[in-house]
Amino acid sequence: MRISPKKSQIIAKTLIWAVAVIVILLLIFIMAYILVKGLPTLSWQFLSEVPRDMGRSGGILSTIVSTLLVTVVAVVVATPLGVGTAFYLTEYTREGRVTRIIRFCAGALAAIPSIVYGLFGFIFFVIYLKLGWSVISGGLTLGVMILPTIIRTSEDAIRAVHPMYRDVSYSLGGTKWQTIVGAVAPSALPGIITGVILGIGRCVAETAAVILTAGSALRMPTSLFSPARTMAVHFYILAREGISMERAYGTAALLIVFILIINVAANILLNKFVAKGR
Amino acid sequence: MNNLKEKLIGNGFFLIALSTLSVLALITVFILIEGVPVIAKVGLFNFIFGMKWAPSQGAFGIFPMIVGSVSVTVGAALLGVPTAICCSIFLTEFAPPAVSKIVRPAIQLLAGIPSVVYGFWGLTFIVPAIRNFLGGPGLSVLAGSIILAIMILPTIVSISEVSILALPRQYKEGSLALGATHWQTIRSVLLPAAKSGIMTSVILGMGRAIGETMAVIMVLGNAVALPKSILDPARTLTTNIGIEMGYASGEHQQALFATGIVLLVIIMLLNSAAQLIVQRGRD
Repeated sequence: MRISPKKSQIIAKTLIWAVAVIVILLLIFIMAYILVKGLPTLSWQFLSEVPRDMGRSGGILSTIVSTLLVTVVAVVVATPLGVGTAFYLTEYTREGRVTRIIRFCAGALAAIPSIVYGLFGFIFFVIYLKLGWSVISGGLTLGVMILPTIIRTSEDAIRAVHPMYRDVSYSLGGTKWQTIVGAVAPSALPGIITGVILGIGRCVAETAAVILTAGSALRMPTSLFSPARTMAVHFYILAREGISMERAYGTAALLIVFILIINVAANILLNKFVAKGR
Repeated sequence: MNNLKEKLIGNGFFLIALSTLSVLALITVFILIEGVPVIAKVGLFNFIFGMKWAPSQGAFGIFPMIVGSVSVTVGAALLGVPTAICCSIFLTEFAPPAVSKIVRPAIQLLAGIPSVVYGFWGLTFIVPAIRNFLGGPGLSVLAGSIILAIMILPTIVSISEVSILALPRQYKEGSLALGATHWQTIRSVLLPAAKSGIMTSVILGMGRAIGETMAVIMVLGNAVALPKSILDPARTLTTNIGIEMGYASGEHQQALFATGIVLLVIIMLLNSAAQLIVQRGRD
């Protein structure tokens, strides 16, 4: 029996709608699963006290501080490099062998698994540069890891700036540098910031690369050279070693809340940018 | 004076742009230096096809882990690719703008959720479900595949969506004008035309699946043995590194770097294949 085109259209459309609905329900289910079990644990005390007894009691303040420090180091390192590379690719060169090589490298960096970044960070920053398991080793490793994200989003943002902006600046006698700083960068800024925010999200979520480079010491980090345990690593250790499921869920819920805020912020910025650019 | 300054700034940007190249070189060189000696000692063939992994006895064979990585990745692709393609068709063709405006960021949100959270959800939800309904220990290739299928969705959806959207309008209009239904147009015109983009997205998605560590470490069971069915536990290349890096030293640690080399080679092959397809699609 042949199915008529009209019927197959209805079947396909229903099926595709169903798949999309299932995916969204799955997302809601995963988030709700963690939030429902974890949010009750979140209290001011949980957020403001350092962990005691391996994390069985007390809060998670030191892991929040560690996450922030590692992320700040990563962003401070990766933003200038990433944005600079994006400006080079868009403003300073024509498509050719050099851009192809740089793009290939950025693509390759984006594809490298985080555990391999962990291996590299361990052998290069921790051992070879003798930085030890520390905030700085973890931050530098994550900085390298988020570099391709920042390059790609910045490049898209810069390309989306209307050519008229550049033409006007040049026609007024502006040099290339003046054009970039005065005309291109300000209109590309929301897009660039979106890239940085997405990078922050990856840093907060990362486990494999930080556990090998920042370590897993629970003490409050006192300098860039102290070992640190980020929230994601803390959650992993609590859950894997069965130290405290309640606290594991609590930490996971806080991670999810962070990621939600980061994603919503990135989306709002991007929508504003798109609305302004077109 | 101004000219000199401009030139200096231009050179500065060039140096910054070289950072990607130098970082990639550093990563490759340092991982090779650490890992190659063990491969040279054991022999490349024995390292890759060896069935026995017993670091305390100096036996370093990673074949079971290669099989583990390949099976979870293929499983993830079987579950994830059709789902992702449906989602990208949904976003580009069927969803009203108001709906796709919510669904698109929601799917991208899946990419933001930490992989440890996926792993934990898998451990507390998927693993018991498999144990109760399908039998076996629950910690299994199937559990890993399900988790990875969800995790690779955003990668595949966003790239295939872009490649469908990039098609000239005339393709769709021409097909509809010839009297084809919307679904016939999608199936026989749009999807074939966007084939190279969709294939790229699938390859990049598989790269993500094979490189994922923390999500699968919690649901795979991590036994170093060839999985005989999808309900058996397994260990992947990534989880091998993730589990043992914490306490390994000396030759054992070098063997984990060697595992990293194999992983890196697989990823680079996949990535080059993806870039090749992109370039061919452009020409």
